[in-house]
Amino acid sequence: MLAVEIPYWGQSLIRVLAGALAVLVPAGTIVYLFLFKMMSFMQSRLGPMEAGPYGSLQLAAEVGKWMQKEDITPAKADRRVFRAAPLIVLVSTFVLVAVVPFGPDAYFTQFDAGVFYMLAVSSISTLGILLAGWSSANKYSLLGGLRAAGQLIAYELPMVLSVLGVVIQAGTMNLQAIVFKQNTDSIFGWDGIGYPYILTQFVGFLIFMIAVQAELTQAPFDMPVAESELVSGYMTEYSGFRFLIFFIAEFATAGVFALIASVLFLGGWGVPFAWFDWTTIDSVDDWMNVAGPLLMLAKMTVLAGIIMWVRFTYPRFREDQLQRFAWKVLIPLSLANIMVTAVCKVVW
Amino acid sequence: MGRVRKPQIPGLLKGLAVTARTLAETLKPKKLGGGAVTVQYPHEKETPPIRARGVIGLREENCTVCMLCVRSCPDWCIYIEGHKELAPPRRAGGAPRKVNKLDRFDIDYALCMYCGICVEVCPFEAIFWSPEYEFSEPRIADLLHDMSRLGEWMETVPEAPALEAGAEKKKGK
Repeated sequence: MLAVEIPYWGQSLIRVLAGALAVLVPAGTIVYLFLFKMMSFMQSRLGPMEAGPYGSLQLAAEVGKWMQKEDITPAKADRRVFRAAPLIVLVSTFVLVAVVPFGPDAYFTQFDAGVFYMLAVSSISTLGILLAGWSSANKYSLLGGLRAAGQLIAYELPMVLSVLGVVIQAGTMNLQAIVFKQNTDSIFGWDGIGYPYILTQFVGFLIFMIAVQAELTQAPFDMPVAESELVSGYMTEYSGFRFLIFFIAEFATAGVFALIASVLFLGGWGVPFAWFDWTTIDSVDDWMNVAGPLLMLAKMTVLAGIIMWVRFTYPRFREDQLQRFAWKVLIPLSLANIMVTAVCKVVW
Repeated sequence: MGRVRKPQIPGLLKGLAVTARTLAETLKPKKLGGGAVTVQYPHEKETPPIRARGVIGLREENCTVCMLCVRSCPDWCIYIEGHKELAPPRRAGGAPRKVNKLDRFDIDYALCMYCGICVEVCPFEAIFWSPEYEFSEPRIADLLHDMSRLGEWMETVPEAPALEAGAEKKKGK
């Protein structure tokens, strides 16, 4: 426990600032490291090199460019809904990050239905996307929005089901408790690396990552923004600032999902507690509140790197293949995973 | 609807390997044969192939003001003016020859679309491609290159590469 007492208003201020940081730092990292640089290297070019050393200020240049563009609303659009939709998508990301623990005391909120809450609010962004597609008064936007809705609902299910394996194994839905479990349990008495659930829940981890890929509408699941068919899907009519918000939300959500995956499967902020003879959450040293977020950032970068690597490699699915893959492959597989996990849990 | 082929796992992994390999190649230092295939243009110059269509050069003394290039230009971007002059006769006691002298030969690169028809159509080997490509101007009017400027480009025209073995020689010259 922290020795200092922070007044309530101070805690709130810290939560707001840290929340903005927890959303924007992963987004910036992903965009610069992967979207600008890794993609370029994979295409045998250098990417942005002019703005700042190795193009590191390119992000600021892009944001500045989008900010000064005109904010256009189509004449026949449903103005209020059209203008609110990007904000809904972005806010869902902030709401999602609230449940992620970054350290023994560095969490925004912590409650026993954490996993349930996470799965529930992650589908709010679907609403924003559907609203954006519907209110644009544009057939491409509408098609994109509907595709997004169909896809996100289809892949929500395998995601929920794959997380259930972890929940069964941990015996709790509290994300902080799941981190604690992974770092205090031992593998047949050996506690050198704790017990990250990726070892036993590897199938669940794969299904979760595939579902995340689809939830984020990253290639090969980018049917909703398929630029060769739908111009830009639900984002077609957006320009300037509002397009920027969609853009940030896309990569911020990628970052938050990578954070959640690292909490569920890779041990989250923790190091194996046996290394430092910690036994409970309260006995963890205070420096973990600094090291924890950095550890989370590192794990997030690795997972987001995998997401982006897959994105830059594969061509996109056809709409029917995409639905078939979710309903006929992923969902049965994750149901089987739950059954096996439950049986193993009871037997051992 | 026919049976949908499921994605093949080894093929998917191969794809990931291809992108990873390209990434490693690009990150490898230049000395070890790595690096990007692209060129950071303003900082380092690109070397175009010698037959690249960069800019058109003029060998003034070969031009006979026949106007073939002007008439074949799809953009009408070549402007030629000339006059007739008397030249000394080829043989002693003959009549003086009439030759065409070039007064003006301009190419408007703001109009030119680099099709190369003028180079092909010229019967007197007066127009050539040069691989130089840096001649952009802040003012559009400056893209009209006159005879002396086109003559300067002529100095950058590389020597034509030797014909391949068994290639047919150009006839009639």
